[in-house]
Amino acid sequence: MINRRDFLKNTAIGIAGITLPLAAFEIIRPEKILANMSGTSKTRWVFLVDTYKCVGCGLCVKACKNENEIPYDANVTRTWVERYVITKDGKLHADTPKGARDGFTTSRIELGQGKYEEIRDEDIIKAFFVPKLCNQCENPPCVQVCPVGATYQVPDGVVLVDRKWCIGCGYCIMGCPYGVRFFHPKYHTAEKCNFCYHRITKGLKTACVSACPFGARQIGNLKDPGDPVTKVIMTERVGILKEEYGTKPQVFYLGLDREVK
Amino acid sequence: MKNHVLRPLYTVIGLVVIVLIVRVFYVPKDFGVHERGYMYGWYRESNIEDWKKFGVKYKFDGDYCSGCHPLNHENIMSSPHAIIPCEDCHGPALGHPDNPAKLAVERSRQHCLRCHARLPYPTSDRANIRGVNPDKHNPDVECVMCHNPHKPSLEGLK
Amino acid sequence: MTHGELWTIKELFVYPNEYIYWSVQIVMYPFMTGLVAGAFVLSSLYHVFGITQLKEMARFALVFSFALLFAAPMPIVLHLQHPLRGINVFMTPHFTSAIAAFGIVFSTYGAIVASELWFLYRKHFVGIALPLKEKQDKTLFEWFKYLVFCALTLGVYDISEESLHRDEKAIKILAGIGIPVACFLHGYAGFIFGSVKANALWMTPLMPVIFIMSAIVSGIALCMLTYIVTMEIRKFLASRRKAADSRYHQSPGEAASAELGVIRITAKYLLFFLIFAISLELLDFVFRGYTAVKSWDVLRSVIYGKDFINIFLLQYTIGNLIPFILFLIPGLTLRRAVVGVILVMFGVFMMRWNVVIGGQAFSLSFAGYMHYHIPVWPHDWETFKEGVMGALAIFIMPFVLFWFISRIFPVFSHEEAHSEKL
Repeated sequence: MINRRDFLKNTAIGIAGITLPLAAFEIIRPEKILANMSGTSKTRWVFLVDTYKCVGCGLCVKACKNENEIPYDANVTRTWVERYVITKDGKLHADTPKGARDGFTTSRIELGQGKYEEIRDEDIIKAFFVPKLCNQCENPPCVQVCPVGATYQVPDGVVLVDRKWCIGCGYCIMGCPYGVRFFHPKYHTAEKCNFCYHRITKGLKTACVSACPFGARQIGNLKDPGDPVTKVIMTERVGILKEEYGTKPQVFYLGLDREVK
Repeated sequence: MKNHVLRPLYTVIGLVVIVLIVRVFYVPKDFGVHERGYMYGWYRESNIEDWKKFGVKYKFDGDYCSGCHPLNHENIMSSPHAIIPCEDCHGPALGHPDNPAKLAVERSRQHCLRCHARLPYPTSDRANIRGVNPDKHNPDVECVMCHNPHKPSLEGLK
Repeated sequence: MTHGELWTIKELFVYPNEYIYWSVQIVMYPFMTGLVAGAFVLSSLYHVFGITQLKEMARFALVFSFALLFAAPMPIVLHLQHPLRGINVFMTPHFTSAIAAFGIVFSTYGAIVASELWFLYRKHFVGIALPLKEKQDKTLFEWFKYLVFCALTLGVYDISEESLHRDEKAIKILAGIGIPVACFLHGYAGFIFGSVKANALWMTPLMPVIFIMSAIVSGIALCMLTYIVTMEIRKFLASRRKAADSRYHQSPGEAASAELGVIRITAKYLLFFLIFAISLELLDFVFRGYTAVKSWDVLRSVIYGKDFINIFLLQYTIGNLIPFILFLIPGLTLRRAVVGVILVMFGVFMMRWNVVIGGQAFSLSFAGYMHYHIPVWPHDWETFKEGVMGALAIFIMPFVLFWFISRIFPVFSHEEAHSEKL
């Protein structure tokens, strides 16, 4: 004789058992991870910046904002250009007004809070521009700290953000040593440079690369030995940013200076 | 009556089971570990396609422009401005000439000053560009009043 | 407007995308989890180590810890740009992220506290559910109450001596497991910060331990404060009742001395953990200064310059040194204890502030600074939740919850609570 309590209990267990396939428990399958570790992609997108050629016109920033639908007047940007001016007294003066969206049209250095510093031409001993963008690191710390798997690295090396899955915690923004991430003003999800993924996968160059009149920016495939960018990276002295963080950045710089932050 | 001490544990197990069931329905099927492993490759695979489908705006293809505007193209190709892609000044050309029929051309003084405000920076190519002091060189006049962007040198003066 | 732009002021060379993204709610988050962990550890001191002087406090601390438990994730939820997607943390957890494990650790901890409470109050639930079951014509409210308490018994109505004895054993075991879990929960909140290698101020292996110690300090302080306040209110009510009803026997004097005894004992534990917390923080300072790696220049300018008042005056002097002296002077009075614990809590809050906001006070370029101007009067949802009012709402929340929860789990001795209820 089954009493009511046992009946309810058994029914509940039965229903739970039917509706719960084994897949529910599958969060990670180790054998799948091992099989995938080898790296089969024929592409590894990398970037090359020539800081001698950059003149700080900011046309790359403008093109990037338009191409990637980053609100033009919002003070955030996927790529930006920094200016470094070193004077004879050994002091560094650096700025990036509006991320150089409108270029550098004055020799005054922006100090923030509406203040500027005049630099006399004859005091300048060294001065140059450094374009910045996401480094698509080989060990991206931003991806490591995402709690939900909303940002990830595609096998070809580009780090993307899933706008439908991002919860907007900001941990990735905090985790990036290069400050390339921000919240998209419209979608309120983490946002970053993705090497114009929609362009490079169609055989186009990124918007910033194409917009640059001086060839200061180039994109290439590191796994293709014939790629001009690969050749430069392999044969010339190139630098990377903030090596000490162990992130293995994949944006390479020609003419990098120790003062570059 | 059996041991009641385990009741809270059963309750917890029940809750966990509920979460796991919800998970089956909530998580997209293509969410999982991919090539870069769990640390860097834990994602919804269709998102890659989402990004690939993102709309291109700039063509950055000189031949595309010269097809309809051969004279303008020819003009600029013989000037130092030949290195500047058309769309840097004329704006994103996707859809043109159907929609938009006319592109919003950037003619502002500020636009020219991006390169031509003189900044004597050694170790940067900026110093090699012919520049003016924006505060002294006809400050209240638009550059295009005198200079033709497609033939910017003195011969090109209107 | 970009998130963060409203309350961030940049100075010198700061990267264009840098803002103070983690604002006051992220200060509240470790502060609140700290209170949870601290309250639980306090209650466990009685259950596990049998420190009987803490008996009264233990039951109270456990219920309060439960109330805090619901409030603790609220700052995170409020801070999320997509709060409704918060569930993703349970659905597709990415355990290489310190935040992902939060869902699991936090739920485990919640289950332990809830189970412990269940064992503690089982007798009480049965005591309410059974008479209601027998009652014939229940009112709607009584039906509701009956159903709630029936559910709370989890179908167990056995309250024999033997089963109650088993309950006690279970509580002891749970409290024992609970201590490491509570420490883990909070140490792990410290790990969220300590593991961010991009942030020069946060990245130190000491961070989790510092967080645990200060968490226990703040949790004990809050329990003491709430205990004193509730006891005072009860005394006040009792004296009013006494005026109306002469059958009430206990004199206010007796209650006061018992209360003071509990407070004095608890204060000793508070001091003990406070010393630990301060030692660790000072150790961290000394190391940073002595090793003086690349980031030290900018850190020094923040610690000894921009944040000097916040760190050395508000946190160390007002928040640590003064209460330390207050508690050390012999003959602790209730009034002095109240001042002391409020200052201690303020000190711990400032410590969280100086970590979270201080960690974003300088640019990743190490060549610029950011200043945080917290919105005071909200004019939209964003300035509410990221402002003073949002933080206050979060702080008040556990007290409101505590009031509701104590309807179900009467905090003070059973019989009395019983008579109050019926």
